[in-house]
Amino acid sequence: MDSLYRDYILDHYKQPRNFGTLEPHDLEAHDHNPLCGDELGVHLRVQDGKIAELAFHGQGCAISQAAASIASEELVGMQVDDIGALSAAWVIDLLGIDISPTRRKCALLSLKVMRGATGGDASWPE
Amino acid sequence: MEAAAATSPLAAVRADFPVLERTGPAGGLPLAYLDSAATSQKPHAVIEAMADYYRRSNAPVHRGVYELGRESTELYEGARDRIAAFVGAEPACSIFTRNATEAINLVAYAWGRDHVGPGDEVLISHMEHHSNIVPWQLLCAEAGATLRYLSVSDTGELSLDELDEALAGGRVKLVALAHISNVLGTLNPVEEVVVRARAAGAVTLIDGSQAVPQMPVDVAALDADFYVWTGHKALGPTVGLLHGRRELLESMRPFLGGGHMISRVELDHSTWAELPGKFEAGTAGVGEAVGLGAAVDYLGALGMERVRAHERELTACALERLPAVDGITLHGPPDLDRRGGVVSFAIEGIHPHDIAEVCDRHGVCVRAGHHCAQPLMRRLGVGATARASFHVYNSRDEVDRLVDALKDAREVFQL
Repeated sequence: MDSLYRDYILDHYKQPRNFGTLEPHDLEAHDHNPLCGDELGVHLRVQDGKIAELAFHGQGCAISQAAASIASEELVGMQVDDIGALSAAWVIDLLGIDISPTRRKCALLSLKVMRGATGGDASWPE
Repeated sequence: MEAAAATSPLAAVRADFPVLERTGPAGGLPLAYLDSAATSQKPHAVIEAMADYYRRSNAPVHRGVYELGRESTELYEGARDRIAAFVGAEPACSIFTRNATEAINLVAYAWGRDHVGPGDEVLISHMEHHSNIVPWQLLCAEAGATLRYLSVSDTGELSLDELDEALAGGRVKLVALAHISNVLGTLNPVEEVVVRARAAGAVTLIDGSQAVPQMPVDVAALDADFYVWTGHKALGPTVGLLHGRRELLESMRPFLGGGHMISRVELDHSTWAELPGKFEAGTAGVGEAVGLGAAVDYLGALGMERVRAHERELTACALERLPAVDGITLHGPPDLDRRGGVVSFAIEGIHPHDIAEVCDRHGVCVRAGHHCAQPLMRRLGVGATARASFHVYNSRDEVDRLVDALKDAREVFQL
């Protein structure tokens, strides 16, 4: 089995969950990776302080798209106020593959966008 | 067989580049370096010339009363003479800069700030590198001028009719274009652009960063007002060149102030050194100049016609063989006469980053990303492309290895 492009990574890349747009939406953010030009946006619907629905949109490599898709399944139902505390390690653990330094920003773009949308620190997650 | 290979011209060239002795990460496969449009590899001659300079001749230039200083100055100015001669330029009008980006910024500042004003236009194209976009954005924002773009056709080419239309408005003060596109490989009709721009009263700047390394360039014959390029793509170290028309350079204000660029410094003002010193403030990168001198000697000995023929052969090979990969799209002109050794491509269903990742496993180095050309990426309707680019040390065999790696990428992605 491929150590990076595992079946579930490719599955999430080819059929990303929670992708598209949400109209209307309560929160949104859009960001990009200046190194490669990948773009990712997110629309959120919030109910009782929790993320009720979420949709990512944009384009990117298998790692960035799979990270967004896999994370999205965890993010629905979370308290909006808790998003800011999610760390880089949280996403990388979810991905379950070794991420080299050159692919780190690919893995972290979705979390960066989520933090931006929920009013948190929109710099690259540590 | 091995003896025959060792004496082939390509094998001899490859033996000049020590980095090619190393293997890729793929279990001992030799490195297939296909990213020379980003930066080229360096031959022994360049590495040794620089090491020798620091080993034996290092001293400040233009000051030495002592022998070592004289020798250092001779090496520095001798390198300038040979580099200028390599592209048919006048040494005094050939200015060393940090890189091509700095050379363009020099013009945008020292010429642009005095010649571009409210209502004027600066004309560039959608295929420019960020280095030939952002300095003009900064200038136009400050001057109240408009930055205009020539469009790029579906085959990656510019239209001279569109150039004429833009020039006919009478507001274009400067036309700044790439000689060869770093993404599409397009060889632009810069000779014609220079003639038409001059007839319309516009100054021209040609970015030769991708051209000088791979084809014969005659700066005097082209007669652009400014011509810039960078040494690190031409087998040398990172040092840039600005060749300018003497009257313009002499009339321009300085760019950076400091040591060496002055004639006389009073308490409240200064006067400027003669060319090229006026634009070379601060301590010179002598080792870099010496290294680039060795690089142009090396290229000159190979012969730039031969270098161009080799680039053309590999580009032809790539254009012929890459379509064997299912789902591939090639960007840029199909006509070999109108392109250089740069081939950008996309594979449906695999992002360029992932293409480059799988290629790396095969020891094949290709670039993935926006190539510092985000406006062009938008024009192509993509976020990024993968790019293979060639130089004197690349072989047809390496093109085949690229094709095999791309086929493997499709396997990995289960396409």
